[in-house]
Amino acid sequence: MTDLKYRLAPASEMSRYCFPNNAVSGDASRCVCLIDSSTVEEINHIVHNGGLYKRPFNEAFEETPMLVAVLTYVGYGVLTLFGYLRDFMRQWKIEKCQNATEREEQKDFVPLYQDFENFYNRNLYMRIRDSWNRPICSVPGAKVDMMERVSHDYNWTFTYTGRVIKDIINMGSYNYLGFAQKTGACQEAAAKVLSQYGAGVCSTRQEMGNLDKHEELEKLVARFLGVESAMAYGMGFATNSMNIPALVGKGCLILSDELNHASLVLGARLSGATIRIFKHNNMQSLEKLLKDAIVHGQPRTRRPWKKILILVEGIYSMEGSIVRLPEVIALKKKYKSYLYLDEAHSIGALGPSGRGVVEYFGLNPEDVDVMMGTFTKSFGAAGGYIGGKKELIDYLRTYSHSAAYATSMSPPVVEQIITSVKCIMGEDGTNIGRARVQQLAENTRYFRRRLKEMGFIIYGNEDSPVVPLMLYMPAKIGAFGREMLKRNIGVVVVGFPATPIIESRARFCLSAAHTKEMLDTALKEINEVGDLLQLKYSRRRLVPLLDRPFDETTYEETED
Amino acid sequence: KRVRDTRTKLAPAYHLILEGILILWIIRLLFSKTYKLQERSDLTLKEKEELIEEWQPEPLVPPVPKDHPALNYNIVSGPPTHIITVNGKECINFASFNFLGLLNNEKVKSAAQASLKKYGVGTCGPRGFYGTFDVHLELEERLAKFMRTEEAIIYSYGFATIASAIPAYSKRGDIVFVDEAACFAIQKGLQASRSNIKLFKHNDMADLERLLKEQETEDQKNPRKARVTRRFIVVEGLYMNTGDICPLPELIKLKYKYKVRIFLEESLSFGVLGEHGRGITEHFGINRLSGQGYCFSASLPPLLAAAAIEALNIMEDSPDIFQTLRAKCERIHKALQGISGLKVVGESFSPALHLQLEESCGSRENDVKLLKRVVDYCMNSGIALTQARYLEKEEKCLPPPSIRVVITVEQTEQELDKAASLLKEAAQSVLN
Repeated sequence: MTDLKYRLAPASEMSRYCFPNNAVSGDASRCVCLIDSSTVEEINHIVHNGGLYKRPFNEAFEETPMLVAVLTYVGYGVLTLFGYLRDFMRQWKIEKCQNATEREEQKDFVPLYQDFENFYNRNLYMRIRDSWNRPICSVPGAKVDMMERVSHDYNWTFTYTGRVIKDIINMGSYNYLGFAQKTGACQEAAAKVLSQYGAGVCSTRQEMGNLDKHEELEKLVARFLGVESAMAYGMGFATNSMNIPALVGKGCLILSDELNHASLVLGARLSGATIRIFKHNNMQSLEKLLKDAIVHGQPRTRRPWKKILILVEGIYSMEGSIVRLPEVIALKKKYKSYLYLDEAHSIGALGPSGRGVVEYFGLNPEDVDVMMGTFTKSFGAAGGYIGGKKELIDYLRTYSHSAAYATSMSPPVVEQIITSVKCIMGEDGTNIGRARVQQLAENTRYFRRRLKEMGFIIYGNEDSPVVPLMLYMPAKIGAFGREMLKRNIGVVVVGFPATPIIESRARFCLSAAHTKEMLDTALKEINEVGDLLQLKYSRRRLVPLLDRPFDETTYEETED
Repeated sequence: KRVRDTRTKLAPAYHLILEGILILWIIRLLFSKTYKLQERSDLTLKEKEELIEEWQPEPLVPPVPKDHPALNYNIVSGPPTHIITVNGKECINFASFNFLGLLNNEKVKSAAQASLKKYGVGTCGPRGFYGTFDVHLELEERLAKFMRTEEAIIYSYGFATIASAIPAYSKRGDIVFVDEAACFAIQKGLQASRSNIKLFKHNDMADLERLLKEQETEDQKNPRKARVTRRFIVVEGLYMNTGDICPLPELIKLKYKYKVRIFLEESLSFGVLGEHGRGITEHFGINRLSGQGYCFSASLPPLLAAAAIEALNIMEDSPDIFQTLRAKCERIHKALQGISGLKVVGESFSPALHLQLEESCGSRENDVKLLKRVVDYCMNSGIALTQARYLEKEEKCLPPPSIRVVITVEQTEQELDKAASLLKEAAQSVLN
């Protein structure tokens, strides 16, 4: 009872969905496109481009149904009207004003917050504020304990009842390989290093803060990624914002994806280079920008650009999409530009042995000029790294803002990373790492398939462990979060401004630590809440696989 | 005659002239070149491909000479505590910012161990998405109580704290008055905020007042704009680059006179100044104002938060360590006076001093090389020191090269005297 009709795309439409022949030297003639011929325009295409893609690339972003979009706007309109009403009442003292107010002595200072800037904050965000900043009091593993909090004044202030809600299934923490543990080899090693080295370093890398542990970590990370050299920093966000300005400056061009993370955007802004944005994961848009940049040079002076840097991410955490890395690398080679790949979410989570999106596509790590990533998500620690050629890392050791001014990483954190990397690589003598990577892949495919069968709109790539489930309407954001918590499942909901205003969503982060029972429980509850809140917007229905709970294709089978 | 009359009745002279001018104008427009608003390339496909072929970018990074001073890091084996092993040699640590000696404190370590057993290492998420732990909330409460403010928030990275806090309040169009000697993190925060920056000479209140007066006259010209432009002063409690403190009472007076808000960066003065270590406001006896902000990145690992809470406990339980620290600072400050060739920069109670060359050799590179020889001499004799490191091309007002001397409560008086005499010796042998 599937609605899909398959047909081979005619040549005229191939350029829309597949890779045009003249852009890349590769055989695009075997491009097969599946086009949904129902009324909903959903592009679900599988590209078997002979030279570039060694595995199928399944990405789907179902379009918002018209009725839902209209109702969402109506919802926001009603909220805005109510917002104005409440502001009016607050101004005329009919309602008590709870915002932060100035001290008496400073009443005639220019106010810190302009009224209109804060309208969204006061009247929309405040109503559903309890969905965020939920305090937990246990290790953020597959199950977590949360501190119960109530609000007696509509979320302006919270009080803690003192009770702890135990064993909530955690679908919100970035724990892809399950290394957030309070027992085990990693924790023991970290405890030993803590007692030996202490918790802090109190100096910068260039002064007295370069411990032997840091050198060990960097050599290991370089080996793990397959690059010549690597450097580690104390904070993932700061890795981007402090190193991009060291690499590019005025007279350079940055081509950045539409949906890049705030840290990449900040780093690009601080560098002083010209920034141009290409449509999300759209290779035609990127190629057009590259061509125009080289042909026309800098605006007005027409001088050639000093260098061009392309900023992309491995997995985009709000969309769940994976970057089209083979095509980006082909473009980069053709137009002699440099590639900066931010693997914050994809390192550890993709690839047959967890080495990230480069391994996932079967590419050579030397093709990526700057490989950046974070240790927060798959390694259960904190911090970031940059890997690449030796000249690049030497340059960063000398000129990075972080090396000169920021305190180096804390030793127990470093040890946690070292142990977890060794575990993933299999060097600790066990099979745990490999098993976890496979478990994550299985969990991902199972979870996504079941959600699609239920009829939710799920964005993103089939293999991405980040699963966004569309909610759209503002009221459902708060309702979904609260209903799931009532059923003992912790989820993350996101709205404006992290997403476009009508595309608010719930985002599930899968983990290798989730067992099948946990996933089934979660799916059952999501199904219930989906029926309760009428979230099953999808017009496509996948035929459910009744006999096989896990998808047959695992990594072994698709390895070339 | 009648025909002429009808003609003049139908079309007056000015009308004809106007129409004539219009016709001439239309003819001119028809034949003039069109004004292209959008750049349309007149290049052929082949020319474009040639341009693409010819273009050669710069290498991603320029090569770094092997002997660049910032490239060869000191390798510290083992913990960076009071006795530190640098490059294989055991020395007394005068280079790590361990003012209260808490790096090796057993109570702090055991609090961190307990937290490690309960929470693991990482938080796996930002504050908004299940990354807020009860330890974070406790630490924020304790900090707010300790510093006597309404609320406090914590960041996971020291550099990022001030670099994110400034753009959270000060946006495009606002005005910020900042001291020249402000550290690099403040400079980056200001750059990210896109506000108008006005630098005033280091600790010079007259210069600041002049700038404020200028701004006031500007405001009077455009009162509507002035009413929505926020104004801030950014200063540090204890300046990292010069070792002296800001004159906070005068700043407060200026604040109320010109209606400016103050950002106070206290990374060095927290736990150092004041009777109980509350920082520069306690040093001068002033109350604080409230502040709020946001975090955008993964939260602080809970074991570090637990260690910080324990450190606060220690600070509250034994306030005499601040007196001890101050006494040691005074002692070494006095002992370092009179070294030929080196001058001491910093207040007598500052635990982070700079030793600069009295006379520069001419170029910064040679100064750095000379200071390196002094540092190496001291390292070989068992005192670990370091030069203060800056990104030379990026700083707005680059401080001169210097040796950083850090005083901690763990250093004994003999060790302080030994360091001072060793520095004298080194200066004698290298600089003379």
